[in-house]
Formats: sequence, C-alpha cells, structure tokens
Amino acid sequence: MTPAPLLSAFRQALAEAWSGGAGMLLPIGFFAGTTVLVPFSLGSDSQILSGLGPGLLWLALALASFVSLERIFQADLQDGALDLWLQEEASISMIATVKTLAHWLISGLPLVIITPLLAVMLQVPVEQTLPAMIAYGLGGLTFFLWGGVAAALAASIVRGGLLIALIALPFYLPALIFGSLSLGQSYSDPSFLFLSAATLFTLGIAPPAMGAALRLAAE
Amino acid sequence: MIQEPYISAENLAAMRGERVLYRAQSLRVQAGEVVLLRGKNGAGKTTFLRQLAGLSQPDSGTIVRTVPHHWLGHATGLKDHETPRRHLQHWAKVWGARADLQAILTQMGLKRPADVPVRLLSAGQKRRTALARLAVSERKLWLVDEPFTALDVDGQAVVSEMMQNHLMAGGALVAAVHADFPIPAKTELCL
Repeated sequence: MTPAPLLSAFRQALAEAWSGGAGMLLPIGFFAGTTVLVPFSLGSDSQILSGLGPGLLWLALALASFVSLERIFQADLQDGALDLWLQEEASISMIATVKTLAHWLISGLPLVIITPLLAVMLQVPVEQTLPAMIAYGLGGLTFFLWGGVAAALAASIVRGGLLIALIALPFYLPALIFGSLSLGQSYSDPSFLFLSAATLFTLGIAPPAMGAALRLAAE
Repeated sequence: MIQEPYISAENLAAMRGERVLYRAQSLRVQAGEVVLLRGKNGAGKTTFLRQLAGLSQPDSGTIVRTVPHHWLGHATGLKDHETPRRHLQHWAKVWGARADLQAILTQMGLKRPADVPVRLLSAGQKRRTALARLAVSERKLWLVDEPFTALDVDGQAVVSEMMQNHLMAGGALVAAVHADFPIPAKTELCL
C-alpha cells in the first residue's frame, strides 16, 4: 500500500475543515468563550481561579471537541465520498484516522495554542503553562479520536450531535482524570504517564473502531 | 478463447427486513459487455449494484471480482468545497494516475465550471464531474447507477461516446437504468 491515498485524504480533510470557515473557528470561540465566562461566574479571587481554572479548561476542551466532529463523517456518507473510499485498497480505518487527525490539526491544536492567553486570565502560575499545554495536546488528541469513533457510529443519524456526545463522553474520562491530575506535576509524574498511555491506547483502538462503524454506516 | 470474467456473482439475494427483495440472481461480466439492471422503483437495483461493488454484504450467494472497478452511485462523491478540477486531481493522486485532466474536463464540457466550487454547480454539472472521474484512471469494470440522471442531450451524447470507447478498449459496464440505454446490452437482468 502506498501512502498516496492517505496523503490525499489528509489534504482533502484539511481543505474541508478549513473551508468550513466558521466551522473551524467555532470550537476556538466556544473554548475561549466558556473560559472567559469563568472569572465572571466565580469571581476574580486569584486563589479560587488558579485552583479551579485549569480543571475548567479541561472541561471546555472536552466540550469544544464536539463542535466540529458532527459533520466529519456524516458529510462523507451523504455526498457519496465514503462509498468511494470503501472501495479503495487503502484501509478505511487509516483513512478515517487521517481525517480525524486533520480535523484535530485545524480545530483542536488552535485550542492548545491559545491556552497561555486563557491561563493568564485564570491566574494559572506561568511555570505550569507549558506542561499544561502538552497535556491539553495529548488530551485533545484523545478527545478527537474518541469523538471520531462516536461520529462514525452516528454518521447515518441526522442531527446526531447530542448522540455523539453521549457515546463519546464516557471514553473521555481516563484522559480527563489523568489530565486534570497532571496539572502542576512534572513530566515523570504517574498521572502524566497515564495520560500518555491513555492517548496511546486510543490511537490503537479508535482506528479499527472507526473503520468498522463506517462500513456499517455505508451498508 | 475462454476469458476470465471481470466479475461473477452466483445466487445473490437481498432482504429488506422480512421481505425478500430478490434471490437467485446470477451474473457474469466479460470484456466488452454491457449488463443492464432493470426493475421497478424499490426492486433492488441499487442494492444489487452495491453488493457487486462490495459496499453491502449479500444475504446469500458469492461474488468474485478479478479487476478493480469504478463506482458511480446516486451520490456523486463530490465535496461541496471542491472544484471539479480539484476533485479529479484528488482522485488522480489517490489512484496514482497521470491522465491529462484538462483534456478530460474539456471533453466532458466542464471547461468553464472547472474552477467553480461544487456547491454552486448544477445537478448536471455535478454528474458530469463524477463521470469524468471514471476517465481519470483506466479500470476495466464500471459499476454505474443511473448514469444519465440530470444530464442534458449533449451530456448524454458525451457520456454514451465515453462508454462506447470504454467498451471498445476491452472494458465492461454494469448499469442500473430506467429509460432506454443508448448501447445494446448483452444481458438485461430484471429484478
């Protein structure tokens, strides 16, 4: 198998996610918007904020990942592109993974990049920001992959957004738990290692799950 | 000379819930042949074609494919944000094909809308783009569902010429159709 189909699928998915325009900016807006509301609802006491803030960022990250995922496979099913991919030699699991990664790159990674800004707003200590960003990156990847599985399962359901959330949320838990625990810890802390392990585990499980779900959706 | 068929199906059956759509349908398609699938709405033409393409599992029976095929279903496979040119470039890359895309676009009458996003195209222009995809890389077997839908007279002429050339070059065609088909068929399968 040559990498050409995967590269083309990646390029197409990037263009698709990008052409969404508002669709791409929506998760960022959601993420930033939710976070900006926090100081207003909890008050600007720096002790409360720096205690709760990072955890709230995790929550916002998990919810923001849903915003762009609803259409990722549903569009393929509706416009017939899924049928074409299913008849290629390249495995549909790989194609689906590549597509999910492209969406993560467009709408997940920007969330990580704006984290320092939001961290200042929530009075998170500066030295915690970089480890937190790495944790958000790993966690975000996990969220997008599980979200991709849920999106593939719900591909044939119109307005399946809530269903996607319902299916995916339980799978978010490991990354969410260890991600929140890893805040303020060193990279060798068990919580950080468990977070990395959860991400690796997801990378192994999600692709075949997406492939199987998409085959079923096209049937 | 005995040729190996491009695709052969034995005793295919399909169920819709408790109802049998069709059963014991068999088919062999060889070089240069046209096979038409006919039947009323809901008779299972599309289902049959999807089973041949491997998109659905037959409820019984076996299918043997010996060559890669091209697929054109009801949905065109075009992305809203793509232009016809981008669409052809994309699949040419996937298939590692080196076809002259400009020539294909011109032949299909897509020279003018070649760089217009698909969401702004008419149904006929979308159909032409999807059909142009079949010319991007040479594959011996074409599985097409209602290929002439939405095409104008000129478009139908272009497409039937394209199909004639495909058959002359040793290709074969399985098509689900309602109306008359411009090319004489070797077999007509009634579902």
